[in-house]
Amino acid sequence: MTSPASTDSVPPQLSAGPRPAPGPAADEGLARRLRALACTAPLHDLDARKANLAGEYSVYGMAEVALAAIDLVTLNMDFDTGADHEQIVARLVPRIAAQAPQRPVAEHERVARWVLENLINVGSVDRGFRAVYGTFASDGTYVRRDYDFKLIEEVPGYGGGVYLRTTDEAVNVLVGALDTDVTSAQIAAEVKLEVLISRGRLADAQLAAEQARYRTVQYSETLRKALDATRRNVRAVDWLQAVPDMIAEALDHVADRYRHENAILTNIRKARDESEDPEHKRRAAELVDIVKDCIRRHTQLQSRLLEAGPLFRAEQDRQAFGTPLTTSGIDLYGHLVAPVLPLPLQEAVRVTDAFFARGTGFRTRASVRVGDLVDLLLTPPVEREHLGAEMPEPDLIATPDDSRFSEEQLAVATELLDLPADAPRRLSGLLAEARRQDPELPYLVALLAVHAASPPVGTAYRQGEEKLLFAVDDGTELDDPEFGGADLIVGTALLDAVGMAADRS
Amino acid sequence: MTEHVEWSEPEAVAAPASAAVTPADAADAARLVAFGLQPRLQPARDQEYGELLRRYREDPPFARLADAVATGLGLVVLEVSPRAGMAVTAAEDSVFAVRMSDYARRTSSDAGDRFLHGLAHLAVAALAFPRPEDLADDGYIGRVSVNGVDSFVRQACRRLEERAEEQGENTDPATDAPGLEAAWRIWVRRSATGATKDARRLAGSTTGIVGKAVAFLTDSGFLQRTGDDNGGTYRTTARYQLQVRDMAGSAAMAELLELGVVPVTDGTATLLPAEDTDDLELVADAGLPFHS
Repeated sequence: MTSPASTDSVPPQLSAGPRPAPGPAADEGLARRLRALACTAPLHDLDARKANLAGEYSVYGMAEVALAAIDLVTLNMDFDTGADHEQIVARLVPRIAAQAPQRPVAEHERVARWVLENLINVGSVDRGFRAVYGTFASDGTYVRRDYDFKLIEEVPGYGGGVYLRTTDEAVNVLVGALDTDVTSAQIAAEVKLEVLISRGRLADAQLAAEQARYRTVQYSETLRKALDATRRNVRAVDWLQAVPDMIAEALDHVADRYRHENAILTNIRKARDESEDPEHKRRAAELVDIVKDCIRRHTQLQSRLLEAGPLFRAEQDRQAFGTPLTTSGIDLYGHLVAPVLPLPLQEAVRVTDAFFARGTGFRTRASVRVGDLVDLLLTPPVEREHLGAEMPEPDLIATPDDSRFSEEQLAVATELLDLPADAPRRLSGLLAEARRQDPELPYLVALLAVHAASPPVGTAYRQGEEKLLFAVDDGTELDDPEFGGADLIVGTALLDAVGMAADRS
Repeated sequence: MTEHVEWSEPEAVAAPASAAVTPADAADAARLVAFGLQPRLQPARDQEYGELLRRYREDPPFARLADAVATGLGLVVLEVSPRAGMAVTAAEDSVFAVRMSDYARRTSSDAGDRFLHGLAHLAVAALAFPRPEDLADDGYIGRVSVNGVDSFVRQACRRLEERAEEQGENTDPATDAPGLEAAWRIWVRRSATGATKDARRLAGSTTGIVGKAVAFLTDSGFLQRTGDDNGGTYRTTARYQLQVRDMAGSAAMAELLELGVVPVTDGTATLLPAEDTDDLELVADAGLPFHS
């Protein structure tokens, strides 16, 4: 650390006394750690405040519920929107119920909502948290500063809904990797995972894989924000170099990760299939799901990247090749918004006030006469019809029954084809028998027999059927007055329903 | 301030009307101003309005009379044309002027809220007219959405945040001097939206503030609602373009210059290269890939 020049004049024996304030460089790391520490405060606060709630809530581990909530929101955050409030509450309830099984379900849900609302900090106008910490400024004075942060924030989604997203602060607190670079941390997590798997330590591998997924989510978040910006403000973007470079880099990154994660997937699958230990098998299967989810997120990201190019070109066409106008005007963003934002509040508010005063138009004020007011107040309210207009009786038209065969015909045909397993029959015989009963019936029998030539084995297997109608062509030609083709052998195959059920599970 | 557009053969028609002003003329002039005071009324939808507009453009003494009526009422005439109608706006201290304290109650006590409401209006205009050309082109129709405006401001703030981080600045404000806090932090700190008990938009959130701004501008006849996507989508009207171009933009610029902030520009309205140099002057090294 460099010392200020003035210390030269200080007698050496005094330097052992109270040390001068450390410079801003040492303070910066301290400030960073103080901020990181502040992010955990809301969680401790939950446990401290649960005693103040009406009711006996001390059995619940609120910090645990809160961390679980942050986990759930992070994992359910989609690329576009975020996690659904109700869904998070529903998924939190089982854990809360496990903490106090004898309590009523309504209370569990109340706890879930209380924790979630406190993580959002619904009571404050900013819906966030503030921590105060002190630093030494470059001139040695001690300055108290406000650090504002959020853990879970509410964002608008499709159709006016409100969704939850975890902030970067929350993800950092959760993953425990404070102040690290997103990309390198992700690579590190994946290398760790590979090593762990190759050494067969799956328990640790799952933890690492989950961390890798948090990183993946965080990474897509960063890119989503960037893509959003390009869509909104094309002119602020260097389309010549920066954007194509960025897209190329990101695509490379996706391709790289994709290759990497597929390799991991192959490895875990091998571990899953080769492992004898059922516990290992289960963990490996979970890992497969996590890595698949990572790959899904990467694919989603890639499609966004591919869409960016055409979007830029369309906007470029509209903006760059329109007829240029001779009048020069105010560039609202470049001349007003951009310079105003960095100003101190007390100066910025003067500019926005000036814009507001002249940019909102006018209002013609409504003036009220006392006479009108009295009349208005004394008028009895209009009686409202509670029931709407009478519904007209719907005019129903019976749809004609246009089925070729009747239910009875189907029953007869099914009975005819209900053959014993050890006695298959020729189609020609079946047709002749059917014709004796009903001249239409042979058509239905032929249809069913032709279908049986390609029996629905998969469906029968899934549904656990005990027998299945099949038909085989052995080359004999059908001799029939109405039908031509092969004289199929129609029979019933018995299926091992018990064995299939055991196989399926 | 007045712009007489598409002047067509004034002398031919003006001849009979050059006589002394009658009370009937004054009534017509006042009626035209009264039409102008209904900002959502479209000239094409009202025959009498259309006829008075034609008379204003073809009969200079009548035009002067209408201007005088407007001025006397404390109004400024921005443009009189078939597309914008009698576009008038409130002069400073006029009875028609909108005051921030009437607009949102909290703003009188809280400078932060005051700034948020003002910035919302500025941002709506900036997103509606993203380039100087768009503001100057009479035929241009801008489109904005509530969520779009919020994320546009947040993106601009994020750039400032990244820049501050790159330079190693600590932007956390001093606890006892809220007026010195960088303005962008106020917007970032406020939540974008929030669940409410009655499923309405949280009024104090930034989308709530932007939503209030666009609803107000719609009532002023400056925006027209076109859909419900993204928190509500809107398109601009000719009046809004005039208001921003001739009134609000220059007023805010003047205030900014008074503060000693001079946005550098060479006056040309060229596209990307000139703007790039412009913006680099303002926001240096804002970081890849989006420098502004």
